[in-house]
Amino acid sequence: MLTDFGILLLFILAGLGLLGLILGIGRLLRPDRPNPEKNATYESGEEPVGNANVQFNVRFYVVALLFVLFEIELIFLFPWAVVFGNEDLIQQTDGRWGWFALAEMTVFVGMLILGLAYAWVKGYLDWVRPKPAIPATESPVPAALYEAINKKYESKTVNKT
Amino acid sequence: MELAVFYFFAFLALGSAVFILLTKNLMYAAFALFLSLVGVAGLFVLSGADFLAITQLMVYVGGILVLIIFGIMLTRTPDKTDDSQSANRILLNSRRRFWGLTLSISLFLVLIATITQATFRLSGMPIKSRSTIKTLGVELMTSHLLPFEIAGILLLVALIGAAYLALNRSPS
Repeated sequence: MLTDFGILLLFILAGLGLLGLILGIGRLLRPDRPNPEKNATYESGEEPVGNANVQFNVRFYVVALLFVLFEIELIFLFPWAVVFGNEDLIQQTDGRWGWFALAEMTVFVGMLILGLAYAWVKGYLDWVRPKPAIPATESPVPAALYEAINKKYESKTVNKT
Repeated sequence: MELAVFYFFAFLALGSAVFILLTKNLMYAAFALFLSLVGVAGLFVLSGADFLAITQLMVYVGGILVLIIFGIMLTRTPDKTDDSQSANRILLNSRRRFWGLTLSISLFLVLIATITQATFRLSGMPIKSRSTIKTLGVELMTSHLLPFEIAGILLLVALIGAAYLALNRSPS
């Protein structure tokens, strides 16, 4: 078993080593001339307002929470999947082993599907969209007058251009 | 060779744990926790618990750590005065040295007492099995079937409770 994981360790070490090598070469080669423009927070080429220190949407947390719970379910599925189709065990029990294991796992997964359905129906999976703030101006002039003014000068501007 | 790998992972786990203690930046602490958990997973592999190591990697490194980082990002009170040039550090204000030290030393003593007094049935025996996952699967489906299904119910309760608490308490 240790030799199998030894290969994994080699992968980890190779990943770290190559990453260090590439970043090290980059550090040696690149010129280092920072200016305020380069140091600014980059977001899709927009001019940033403030820094990235903002409060995130709470839904991320709920999705991550559900993810962890279903991941634990997945962990339970792993050892089951290894022995579920085992031919020795099936032959020893006249084929009942497979059905038994399948039924048990159906019950287990079914319970969690129940939980998922609950979360879905209750709307915990719905994403909260931020409401656009429509600016409201309280003007004593009724909106119809603005419309009339717009109509009155509409033809003149068209004629000019 | 194995000893060197053991010391590597032990150093990784302990070194990043010490870094978590010393750093003031909450985000650096969360990322150091990642290295610490990876080190513990490596130690699990070296003691022959391959399934436990994979579970550690998947649940703690892949899940719980993401939750912790989300927790940090969610509970930040946005600082509007910061301009886009300043560094984005999440610093701890309070250290609570006394209570932290008291609590951790007492927990350490309890753990040391438990480990030294316990009699391990398999201690001293060489690792023979190639993988523990098959034994785990058979045990889970036969002698430990009831705890397995109870774990399913526990997960269901946790799912419903966590989703309810996380959303119904928030102001949004």
